[in-house]
Amino acid sequence: MVTNTPASTPMRSTAMHDTATPQPSPAYAAWLREQTRRSNRIMATRVILLVAVLVLWEVLARTHVMNPMLTSYPSAVWPTFLELLDSGDLIGHTWATFQATLIGFTISMVLGVAVAALLWWSGFAYKVLDPFLVVANAMPKIAFVPIFYIWLGSEYSVYGMAVAISVFITIMVVFEGFRGIDPNKIKLALTLGASKWQLLTMVVLPGSVPTLLAALKVNIGLALVGVIVGEFQSASEGLGYLIINGSQVFKLNIVMTAIVVLAVLSGVMYLAIARMEKATVRRYS
Amino acid sequence: MMADTVMERPVGGSAGSASQRIEIDNVSLRYFTPQAEILALSGISLTIEPGEFVSLIGQSGCGKSTLLSIIAGILPPSEGEIRVGGKPVTAPSPRIGYMLQQDYLFEWRTILENAMLGAEIQKRDMKEARDRAIHLLEKCGMGNFLHQYPRALSGGMRQRVALARTLTTNPDVVLLDEPFSALDSQTRLAIADEVVDVLRGEGKSVILVTHDIGEAISMTDRVVVLSRRPGRIKSQHRIQFPSTPGRRPAPFEARGLPEFNEYFNTLWDELDVHVEG
Repeated sequence: MVTNTPASTPMRSTAMHDTATPQPSPAYAAWLREQTRRSNRIMATRVILLVAVLVLWEVLARTHVMNPMLTSYPSAVWPTFLELLDSGDLIGHTWATFQATLIGFTISMVLGVAVAALLWWSGFAYKVLDPFLVVANAMPKIAFVPIFYIWLGSEYSVYGMAVAISVFITIMVVFEGFRGIDPNKIKLALTLGASKWQLLTMVVLPGSVPTLLAALKVNIGLALVGVIVGEFQSASEGLGYLIINGSQVFKLNIVMTAIVVLAVLSGVMYLAIARMEKATVRRYS
Repeated sequence: MMADTVMERPVGGSAGSASQRIEIDNVSLRYFTPQAEILALSGISLTIEPGEFVSLIGQSGCGKSTLLSIIAGILPPSEGEIRVGGKPVTAPSPRIGYMLQQDYLFEWRTILENAMLGAEIQKRDMKEARDRAIHLLEKCGMGNFLHQYPRALSGGMRQRVALARTLTTNPDVVLLDEPFSALDSQTRLAIADEVVDVLRGEGKSVILVTHDIGEAISMTDRVVVLSRRPGRIKSQHRIQFPSTPGRRPAPFEARGLPEFNEYFNTLWDELDVHVEG
């Protein structure tokens, strides 16, 4: 019989949490109040800033310091917004842009991760393709808008643009994430007899989740850029179409409405991913 | 000296086998860089008996960790052969468990899932692996943390989980590559006792690589000194403690015995340490 069983050895530090004082001091209560006040101040200043910009825009246009024909103004945009909303046009265009962005974004994510995995798998492929990727990423993809329209037609060229703009940066970011996995984690899995496929699925991919989420965040914005640019050229619906169409008939109210909706749309998509990232990444710290 | 709880040896990989003899037969390793060819290890021969604890000590860069990688089958030797139980090792084998310098627990897996990693990779029976992992984690004092994530654990606790992970696949031989080097000095003393206790209880053979002379003397039955590059076996010392007749003192106790200082001085001279830089 061995007397010292490790099972009964108490941990020196079971609780990693700091011990909270049972009775918070007045100084602590004051500190908490100050924290709340500070975050309220930040929020209030944001609202004031936004309102100030809108007011300035309205005043400068109404007083003809800026030409209202060229800039429109908030009180003119609002009725147009309601009108477009009422006719269902705005919902339709926004939905078309949103849908195209999601499709382009998904294709680009899947393709990007697949190519990054291939580069990780084959060091040779990486060495060969690296300079091409760098050039493809640096190249202004917008140059392809007319060609995509000819090659892919009006609908698919929008997706094509979204993918073209976001896929190369996805490959590079995700691949860097794969390479950033601690080599000792790989070594550990190897000593346990892991195959290359197991390394990919059990170590590299799950270990890269924070990177993947960061790539998603960059990607959703880029995909939206691609969709809008694609719609400028070729589409018959979508916010990009609305903008180009409105400017051609000189209806700046429509253009401004579309731009504001676009700002809200991109903000909402970004926030959705940021929320997802926060929920997931907590586990990885 | 077996632990009080008799471990049922679960079936899988090395079913029911007792610990086996490890033979390192004339192993050399050379590697190439664009500038030069480097001989890292030269003609190393060593036999480790079943259940024996052997340590390899030497200065940094002498190739001791490299030798462990060769024994583990993740690095093929340039010449020579490793045999476990008479069978040559050519690839990572479930008979050999490897504990690295740090725990390298996966942040996205719970403690229990981390401990079961090897079984999952080797496609073992997961129910059995789960039972064994839980048993080992409890034995290592981690029974209350099964479903927590590694971030909640201190360094010493993480290394206990790493030990359980190594043992869940039930290897015959456990390779320890400076397993305590990332821990603070109090924790390493405490954990050395526990690790030795668990490993002896499980009847494993152990090869410990360290540059800590005290750790080698207090934990192992035989200390092998490697020379500077190219690594060769310089000398071997059997460690015995006549002042505790009939039993092997635990590492912490061993450090207080008179024999400890004698061995320490001998090995210190052997290592011929120079302060460099």
